[in-house]
Amino acid sequence: MHILLADDDEDDCLFFKEAFEDIKIKTNLRIVNDGVELMNYLTRTGIKLPHILFLDLNMPRKSGLDCLVEIKSMKHLRDIPIAIYSTSASEADIEDTFVKGANIYIKKPGDFGALKKTLEQIVTINWQYHTSGLNKEHFLLSI
Amino acid sequence: MKLYVKFNVTATCKKVLQEQLDKFQLKYDLLGFNEVEINEDISPAGMKKIVDGFSQYGIEIIDRPKNLLIQKIKDAITELVYMEDRLPVVKISTYLSEKLGYGYGYISNLFSEVTFTSIENYIILQKTERAKQLIITNGLTITEIAWKLNYSSVAHFSNQFKSATGLTPTAFQRIINKRREALINVEID
Repeated sequence: MHILLADDDEDDCLFFKEAFEDIKIKTNLRIVNDGVELMNYLTRTGIKLPHILFLDLNMPRKSGLDCLVEIKSMKHLRDIPIAIYSTSASEADIEDTFVKGANIYIKKPGDFGALKKTLEQIVTINWQYHTSGLNKEHFLLSI
Repeated sequence: MKLYVKFNVTATCKKVLQEQLDKFQLKYDLLGFNEVEINEDISPAGMKKIVDGFSQYGIEIIDRPKNLLIQKIKDAITELVYMEDRLPVVKISTYLSEKLGYGYGYISNLFSEVTFTSIENYIILQKTERAKQLIITNGLTITEIAWKLNYSSVAHFSNQFKSATGLTPTAFQRIINKRREALINVEID
């Protein structure tokens, strides 16, 4: 499974990388470090689109929310499932993110073990959406 | 007297495979020593005989038949969950093994191995998808959906929906409605 991660924090990236290495489903991780780099990458021609995009809400240059809205407005990118993660756990923030088109909202867990478990769960469910022809428009998961 | 033999492994394997395929009277073409094109449909029961026959020689069929059976398991689950009428009360293990002609232990292990999720979790996922569809397109109430999908109570349905999606059915409905409104507004702009 191809995974794209957009995050400017080096420690976060390292955590994600290690967590993905440990889970059962074979993954292929690509990292971009801010919103501008993300949009440049996604709009490049000939790239293999990710099966899922993990998007940090707080990034320099272009925020995760701006990227989300932009991606959802582009026809060829609209179907990529997007997992937003943030330290905010306010119900209003979560709902707003979903309304703008996010599929998954992750409240950043405190420790590595919990993060790994969360990511494994997401990757597994996402895999079912891809392999069982489920309707991605109604794919909502708050975790 | 002792005889020492030397094998041409490719030729030996090919011959064994041919003899096995002939034994099952299949129409086939050999496409190399480890690939066979079968030119007819094989029933799950027939497939099981072939798998058993092959296994005596240490021959294992890889990939495709597994994927085929996985697809059949998924189809059987979809058929059950998407019934027009109220879901029947069935034991899922009995339903699947009767429908597919394999023991539930085999089906369930194979499913977990290939799809990375258990049959039980997959059914919850499909039931949740069905519930979402009923919420959105049929405008059924939570009570009606819980009844239709044969949950023992509204609370049980709501809890399972919440644990599968992180959202209550009502929050899910509200989000989808807001998304639709947002989409309509964009189109008007």
